[in-house]
Amino acid sequence: MSNTKKRRKVDPADRLLSIVTYVIYTFFTFVCVYPFYYIFINTISSNELSQRGKITFWPKEFHLTNYINVSHIPSLMDAFNVSLRRTIIGTLFTVATSAFLGYMFTRETMWKRKIWYRFVVATMYFNAGIIPWFITMKNLGLYNNFWVYILPTAVSPFYIVLCKTFVESIPKELTDAAEIDGAGTLRTFWSIILPVIKPILATVAIFTAVAQWNSFQDTLLLVTDQKLYTLQFTLYNYINQASSLKSLVNNATNSSSLAASLAHAANATSIRMTVTIVVVFPIILVYPIFQRFFVKGIMIGAVKG
Amino acid sequence: MNKRKARGYREFLLILPFIILVAIFSYYPLYGWVYAFFDYKPPFPLTKETFVGLKWFSYMVDNDIKRKQLGQVLLNTFAVSGLSMLFSWFPMIFAVFLNEIKCKPYRKFVQTATTLPNFISWVLVYSIAYCVFNTTGVVNTVMTDLGIISKPIAFLNSSEHIWFKMWLWLTWKNAGWAAIMYIAAISGIDEELYEAARVDGANRIQLIFHITLPSILPTYFVLLFLNIANFLSNGMEQFFVFQNPFNRQTIEVLDLYVYNLAMGSGGYSLSTAIGILKSVVSIILLCVTNGISKMTRGEGFI
Repeated sequence: MSNTKKRRKVDPADRLLSIVTYVIYTFFTFVCVYPFYYIFINTISSNELSQRGKITFWPKEFHLTNYINVSHIPSLMDAFNVSLRRTIIGTLFTVATSAFLGYMFTRETMWKRKIWYRFVVATMYFNAGIIPWFITMKNLGLYNNFWVYILPTAVSPFYIVLCKTFVESIPKELTDAAEIDGAGTLRTFWSIILPVIKPILATVAIFTAVAQWNSFQDTLLLVTDQKLYTLQFTLYNYINQASSLKSLVNNATNSSSLAASLAHAANATSIRMTVTIVVVFPIILVYPIFQRFFVKGIMIGAVKG
Repeated sequence: MNKRKARGYREFLLILPFIILVAIFSYYPLYGWVYAFFDYKPPFPLTKETFVGLKWFSYMVDNDIKRKQLGQVLLNTFAVSGLSMLFSWFPMIFAVFLNEIKCKPYRKFVQTATTLPNFISWVLVYSIAYCVFNTTGVVNTVMTDLGIISKPIAFLNSSEHIWFKMWLWLTWKNAGWAAIMYIAAISGIDEELYEAARVDGANRIQLIFHITLPSILPTYFVLLFLNIANFLSNGMEQFFVFQNPFNRQTIEVLDLYVYNLAMGSGGYSLSTAIGILKSVVSIILLCVTNGISKMTRGEGFI
């Protein structure tokens, strides 16, 4: 390393390259970060100034009324619960099936193992299309049913392949030793495999959780019951229907004082922005912390795919 | 031996519930393709519907108006996919020059910031677009203040440059993430190659053109082939959230058209028929590109 660090005359073309690179990437970063920042400062600034487009770089007249107001909208709290529940339950299901099937498909003793493996993995390369899928789910009774968020994605071939590859990299002696000691298939899975494959399960969990939180199409197609609306879907409705906002404020409460304060403070744009921040917040919170898992996920995927 | 066999069956029984799940949620929907050959009207079961054979397949193109409409949808699909193919080198170049940033914390920061948009949903992207680009949004305010425009521009409620705007949003969301694949490829390049070139007096531009780019080109081609295989599949979510009465004509790509046709006007059978044709073409594209990949690179990507 010391050799490369030795000072040499800087080529003017290299100097220019450095400057241009820094400028351009600072611009890209700004374009990606600023919209989030802009919306955030608008939610904590005076709604009246925000409405007139006066908040550009710094928050003015700080307040948290928007967040308090939003937390009083019952349908929004319901949607938050649905989103949270589907994210947690959905992630648990997908992680469990990926780990278990990833392990089971390495069991050479299994009857017709290869056929079943191909049966599952083949589903990565086709899908029936949105309308046949919609009709089938409806026929299966998954219309307006919470399980439509969980079951269709519970067995995910891609994550099974990831886990299987990982299990295959574990030294065979480890499982053999356990079996000589009399451990059965399930016992081996639980006490030998599961502790070892935790890193890959973290990757699977983080990807699934983000996908579940962001999912929109299943609600759009198969849910009309407001009690099952997700945050994403509710946000979409807020953006699109100004009228629904008015009725929301009216329905929020019948006690006149709160209704009045809501109607007073909450104009449509502020509510939209506030809800946007509420929906995006978990992602922004989670993403930088777990970035290495995301990157690992795409790498293993790239090697396999 | 018998014991081994018994164990094999037991193991199969353990995965059977999951095999059934896959059969129900991935294979059984394929049966839904039969709706393309019936006159399906939702509340009634299939047994009460009339079999119409290939009626819907010819119905798509049996008069000028429908031909024109389908033509427009295909044009939109081709334009949107074509644009993203035309600029498919962008993530690669993004990665190459990102690698030229020698200050590591700053490079990490840029990488984190530019990959973040990939992890938010299209609904959120639309919501952000709405907040930033509506008539009182920051873009209009700043442009008005600087005197560039005299009255606000309705960026979202217009029919102009939709294909290009859709490409921009797609790039905003995906480019940073797509670059990660190339960054990995770059970090795998043998450092000695660079050393040797430096000794020969190469500057950084020369290093990029003679070492970095040639080394990651194979990765680019794999991704390009995958792109071609997905030419007809733009997904519907992006176009669904951005569609409005102003831009409907030029934003409706095939996936969105299929959705709108069924959910908007109840044409379940017709849209299933279109979906089937799309699937068939996609499978052919996948096989062809995989074949080309096998011929040119010696290996396929499936």
